[in-house]
Amino acid sequence: MSEESRLLFDVPGPRARRRTWIATVCSLVLLAGALALMVRQFALHSELSASQWSVFAQWPILRFLLTGIEQTLLVTGVAAAIAFPLGAVVALARLSRGRWARWPARLYSELFRAVPLLLLLYVFLFGLPRAGVTFPVFWQLVLPVSLSNAAVVAEIFRAGVLAQDRGQAEAAYSLGMTYGQAMRWVVVPQAVRKLVPALVSQLVRLLKDSTLGYVVSYLELLHKAQVLGEYYHNVLPTYLVAAACYVLVNGLLSRTAGWLEHRQSRPRG
Amino acid sequence: MPRELTATLGGLGHGLLLTLAMTALAFMGAVLLGVLLAVCRISPVPPLRALGTAYVTVFRNVPLLVLLVLFVFGLPDVGLLFSLFLTVTLTMALYWAAFVCEVLRAGIRTVPLGQAEAARALGLTAGQSIRYVILPQALRSMVQPLANVFIGLALSTSLAAAVGVAELTGQAEFATLKYDDPLTGFAATTVVYLLMTLSIGLLAGRIERRVAIRR
Repeated sequence: MSEESRLLFDVPGPRARRRTWIATVCSLVLLAGALALMVRQFALHSELSASQWSVFAQWPILRFLLTGIEQTLLVTGVAAAIAFPLGAVVALARLSRGRWARWPARLYSELFRAVPLLLLLYVFLFGLPRAGVTFPVFWQLVLPVSLSNAAVVAEIFRAGVLAQDRGQAEAAYSLGMTYGQAMRWVVVPQAVRKLVPALVSQLVRLLKDSTLGYVVSYLELLHKAQVLGEYYHNVLPTYLVAAACYVLVNGLLSRTAGWLEHRQSRPRG
Repeated sequence: MPRELTATLGGLGHGLLLTLAMTALAFMGAVLLGVLLAVCRISPVPPLRALGTAYVTVFRNVPLLVLLVLFVFGLPDVGLLFSLFLTVTLTMALYWAAFVCEVLRAGIRTVPLGQAEAARALGLTAGQSIRYVILPQALRSMVQPLANVFIGLALSTSLAAAVGVAELTGQAEFATLKYDDPLTGFAATTVVYLLMTLSIGLLAGRIERRVAIRR
């Protein structure tokens, strides 16, 4: 029994078990009905015919999609490589004691967390070129994604540092360390270790943001799916396959994050 | 120039209305469906649990933009053609429902097990203990996470611009392209989004303090 169930329900007796059994049968019938309806709807519009799906059995098509996944991962990786250090710097600036470092950092993270990514992307796509600043397509995608995610990462870092037991910093001060030394040697190393699961979860969001390549015409997985679907006139199957790829990759990342978190919550041996 | 400015701002006003309508409708839908999903995931019926788990796994891991293009350009192929606004709003509701479901479950999990045991020891039935003991405590811890979902949803409505809805972000782009006026459009839009997120955050903090239990 899961934790919520133990909280909400008593251990089932014979009557409750019978009711559960009846509900199981009913829900199975309903689910089967819904599934049948869906299959019928697909079949009626010949979305199940071989011509719609056979392209995915051809190696060149698969390679096309696989390179799309590769590009998606590349965008995610590069954006993470920019966003994580930048977020850490912003977080440290927000936590620092100097007002001139704190306020700009605060402004940055409030502003970039409040602006939707697409708007930021449009600024890079349509706004900045008017001012004579043009980036290559790859950076038109990666820079807004990094800037926006750095603000979120900064908040994650800051929360992690603030959640640290005060005694750690106090012990460092009483050993004669300065603020900087205490941060560098005591607070940050412990906070970062605790933050690893949250940062892996943030990778999921970065990967989701990389789909905006669809808007800037950068050939990552979603944009490739669009090209493929329009070329072979099988839009629905192609998007379904792309969605399945995303669920697979992100599911793996989420699973990893969950696993890391679980490993940390265990007492250290 | 002032004339173009009013045209730009007028367009942005329309966009803002559309954004607000989408946000409100999608959030209501997401909460309704999210409650249903949470009930499914918590219920002792195995197929419903599996359904809830599968739904949450899929919708939390698929990017919203993929869902949007799938529903907007894919569903007409199986004969399901609705207005663009309705499709987009429904998609948002479906996507965010998974997050609402997880918030609800996490909220219930914050209630210590001892509370339920005490309720049972006092002779409350399962229904009574849920109603009088568990939910009142669980709901309080859900305020802030639900506000975060609301903010996320409000910002994510901008993705509708990518599939052709002229909401706030779409209007900002439009103003840039039509009136060659990037600064007004982007600056005004940024301010509006900032005001939206800040006011939601403030409101959530207020509600949280208002309902907090003083111990």
